[in-house]
Amino acid sequence: MSDEDDIILSELDDEELVAQMFDDLYDGLKEEIEEGVNILLEREWAPYDILTKALVGGMTIVGHDFRDGILFVPEVLLAANAMKGGMAILKPLLAETGAPRVGKMVIGTVKGDIHDIGKNLVGMMMEGAGFEVVDLGINNAVEAYLEAMEAEGPDILGMSALLTTTMPYMKVVIDTMVEQGIRDDYIVLVGGAPLNEEFGKAIGADAYCRDAAVAVETAKEWMGRKHNSMQSA
Amino acid sequence: MTLSDTALTEDGLPLKTRQGRILLIACGALAREILDLKRLNGWDHLDLTCLPAKYHLYPDKITDAVRAAVAKHRATYDDIFVVYADCGTGGQLQTACAELGVKMIAGPHCYSFFEGNGRFAAHDDEITAFYLTDFLVRQFDAFIMKPMGLDRHPELRDMYFGNYEKLVYQAQTKDDDLLEKAKACAAKLNLTFEYRFTGYGDLANALKTL
Repeated sequence: MSDEDDIILSELDDEELVAQMFDDLYDGLKEEIEEGVNILLEREWAPYDILTKALVGGMTIVGHDFRDGILFVPEVLLAANAMKGGMAILKPLLAETGAPRVGKMVIGTVKGDIHDIGKNLVGMMMEGAGFEVVDLGINNAVEAYLEAMEAEGPDILGMSALLTTTMPYMKVVIDTMVEQGIRDDYIVLVGGAPLNEEFGKAIGADAYCRDAAVAVETAKEWMGRKHNSMQSA
Repeated sequence: MTLSDTALTEDGLPLKTRQGRILLIACGALAREILDLKRLNGWDHLDLTCLPAKYHLYPDKITDAVRAAVAKHRATYDDIFVVYADCGTGGQLQTACAELGVKMIAGPHCYSFFEGNGRFAAHDDEITAFYLTDFLVRQFDAFIMKPMGLDRHPELRDMYFGNYEKLVYQAQTKDDDLLEKAKACAAKLNLTFEYRFTGYGDLANALKTL
């Protein structure tokens, strides 16, 4: 693109700027996303509105196109990296401005597995949807999950695995939760490339989530159910 | 016969006319190794057809493709043997083979059966190892660099490989050119390099029983 075709983000009105940020997110342009976020902050947008209307809105399109086979993993990673840039600016401001919190999630990749791309995408999209996320990282033994659940008191436990050889460990964690009588205290969501719905049911998870967008929708749905059951109790 | 790695990746290996009584339905990534074993051992009772090796990138395609291949050929052969390990199908290929009444090679993936499933399972210190076979070294660009977008976006490397520490080249054959290429692959991924000659491992053991 020649210089004269360059779009000056600060010259766009709010609606045009958000539309441009959707495009920039789609194209994985981190610096442009950071600039867009800063411009909206200067225009006194609430951090929560920037997050939901500009970043999550754009990332939702990326998620849909990934699901539909229009985008592939590299493009999603670039988009996620761009969103991460915007989130880094917004995160401290969200805490200061008391943005609504939908729930809390502890998430981690299971023991023996070092793959975290899917987990990181889920964590980021959950944060974007208003969840507080405690990320345990990779290669987590059952003790690490139990300690984090006790210390953090999350609503949701998320477990991820990429390998056929490591995904059975999710059942070890859930069985231990059952043994300790705490299974029903948490919503348990599982995901990862070799998993499927049947596997999720077989190991006693509440739901299998195919991708990050589904994880967010499923988490919201289960939080709604939890809220309703607490009201009727 | 001249085999093209690109053709094995994209199209697999079509079945020639029936000569043996048992059909091997295999991943295209195993074609050269199986043909070598057939030639070395005189296993003329085994015929071979391969599905595109690129299914390695989309494991959800493997089970249906194997089902279709078994259905297509089962009337023509006394028996069929599936030369896929689980290969990321999460047990679905095993279930399908059991339903179809055909056997498959044991193991989670080819990295495991090339080394020997028992020996591979005993590595409890290798969760940060990334494995390449002869085929994957030759097809490194087609299986790693291009589909992961690293040819266009090298900055993604650490998002994919940041948690890995070493690249283990499991060599099926002794080939100096492949060894050098494997070292270059490790350098591209910023991983330390380890050479491990496996030969054909449990692939040979499994085919020997047929």
